[in-house]
Amino acid sequence: MDIVVLIKFVPDLVEDLEIDAGTGLLDRSFLRLMPSELDDHALEEALLLKERHGGRVTVLTLDTGDVDETLYTAIAKGADRVIKLTGDGFDQGPSNQRIAASLRQAVSDLHFDLILTGTQAVNDLDGFVGALLAEQLRLPYVGYVTKVIAGDGGFVVQKEYPGGLNAEIEVSGPAVLGIQAAEKPPRYVVTSKVMEAMKTAKIEEIAVDGVTVDTEIAVSAMALPESGSHAEMIEGNVQQVAEKLAQLLRERGVVA
Amino acid sequence: MCGEVCVVVETLRGEVKDITYTMLAAGRQLADGLKTKLSALLIGHDVQKLAGQLGAADRVVCVEHASLAEFNPEAYLCVLSAVFEQHKPRVVLFGHTAMGTDLACGVAQRLRLPVATSCRMFSLAGGTVQYSAPTCGGKLIATGPLPEPTCLVTVMPGGYKPDEGRGGRTPTVETVAVPAGLDQVRTRFKQYIEPPTTDVDIAKEAILVSVGRGIQNQDNIAAAERLAKALGGVVSGSRPVVDQGWLPTTRLVGKSGKQVKPKLYLAIGISGAPEHLEGVPEAELMLAINTDAKAPIFDVAHFGTTCDALELMPLLAEKLKK
Repeated sequence: MDIVVLIKFVPDLVEDLEIDAGTGLLDRSFLRLMPSELDDHALEEALLLKERHGGRVTVLTLDTGDVDETLYTAIAKGADRVIKLTGDGFDQGPSNQRIAASLRQAVSDLHFDLILTGTQAVNDLDGFVGALLAEQLRLPYVGYVTKVIAGDGGFVVQKEYPGGLNAEIEVSGPAVLGIQAAEKPPRYVVTSKVMEAMKTAKIEEIAVDGVTVDTEIAVSAMALPESGSHAEMIEGNVQQVAEKLAQLLRERGVVA
Repeated sequence: MCGEVCVVVETLRGEVKDITYTMLAAGRQLADGLKTKLSALLIGHDVQKLAGQLGAADRVVCVEHASLAEFNPEAYLCVLSAVFEQHKPRVVLFGHTAMGTDLACGVAQRLRLPVATSCRMFSLAGGTVQYSAPTCGGKLIATGPLPEPTCLVTVMPGGYKPDEGRGGRTPTVETVAVPAGLDQVRTRFKQYIEPPTTDVDIAKEAILVSVGRGIQNQDNIAAAERLAKALGGVVSGSRPVVDQGWLPTTRLVGKSGKQVKPKLYLAIGISGAPEHLEGVPEAELMLAINTDAKAPIFDVAHFGTTCDALELMPLLAEKLKK
């Protein structure tokens, strides 16, 4: 079974996000990017399926400038082929519409039974990459998937609804699935294995051009959230804070 | 429906979901501001009887077929594309949910329409519609214009009160035939898998000690459990903790998990991303412990501290015993 995994690089939310005073948009000058967490889950689900059924896993990402380590890590985890797509503006936070249109060019040349990607990413503003790409390829799509069982000519997937309810949905292949969580937490590989992959594996490069997108969503401004209120912060060292919290809980009748 | 505002109703197992009312409230604001009508599009099987619950709309359009009884992304996409190909509303609202997002993206791509996702609020200025959408874990709010003549949006809760979407009109009800091609979809709903019932129901607990990514590893959950015990509550958690397998899914608070309304919600190492906050829209008392002073959780919590949770939890448990 051949599986393609799509990885998108997104702002690392551990860092402070700054607004560029000139443009009013996200300041990208010192922005750290990381692979989207749910794409990591998609890769894990792909590797689990490979372990069960054999086949090849190919990882695709747009080159935002600093993707190599992630691709070598994918190889170290068990991916067979890693490809980065180069193109104009790929390092400037392209919209999901642009990403999907760019991926479509490259994906059309690959053989696959299944495309997996994270169902969403933290910086999505104009749709989800997997869902957009599926329709461009005219393939069926199911999002919020937490389990994939491969069967004859198709897949049975578990789609997650609120409150722990799941729906079992059958979809014939080839298909695109948006992964909400892999069946197991994404595996960890030691640095030495990644270093080894750096020596032995090759990252393929495909240039993408001539992508036109006429359905962009414009962002006029990015702002820090205004909130009507803010928590009353409890000051002091940890002993004092513990004391004040215990007192607060007693005063409020939460504890005796 | 041309030029109108249209809400794609979300139902699950014969019930209209709350997000529909949030969308109807938003839709009513948009329709009134644009001086046009609000339609609700109801897809399913034997759902016409739900039309009476959609009183905020001026009319309800029903598309019914046995194969639409349960949500099937491809089948619903087939219906929606046919409807909107014929009639182009000004704005189509979908829920930012497991159902709505599957559909909005598919329709957008198939009909070459723009789609703005995770919108929380809209505003009108001189005939143009602006969206406001939290992004990057809620750390930023993006705003911009909704393109004309037609734009799709997915809507998150929080910007409108569902009650504002329950309106008192009696909408006219129309039915539309299903399009051809429904029998050729490659997707089929099989069955529901109910959530496990053997664990505690966090939605019924008065006190929740909720842990997020900041708890760092599974071993630290024990400290949260000891604190929960001292408080007479139970441990719950956010998505990353459950995905790592450190807590079962029955303990998940958030968009995909449970909605909780506890007396006390202790948010430990939880940043406060919108998907999590959807799960705890009102706690009587929310305390947040997070070393990041800028975490969005502090905009929602009543009290907070940037102390290290791993140090604070055992100390607090101790003090509560006295």
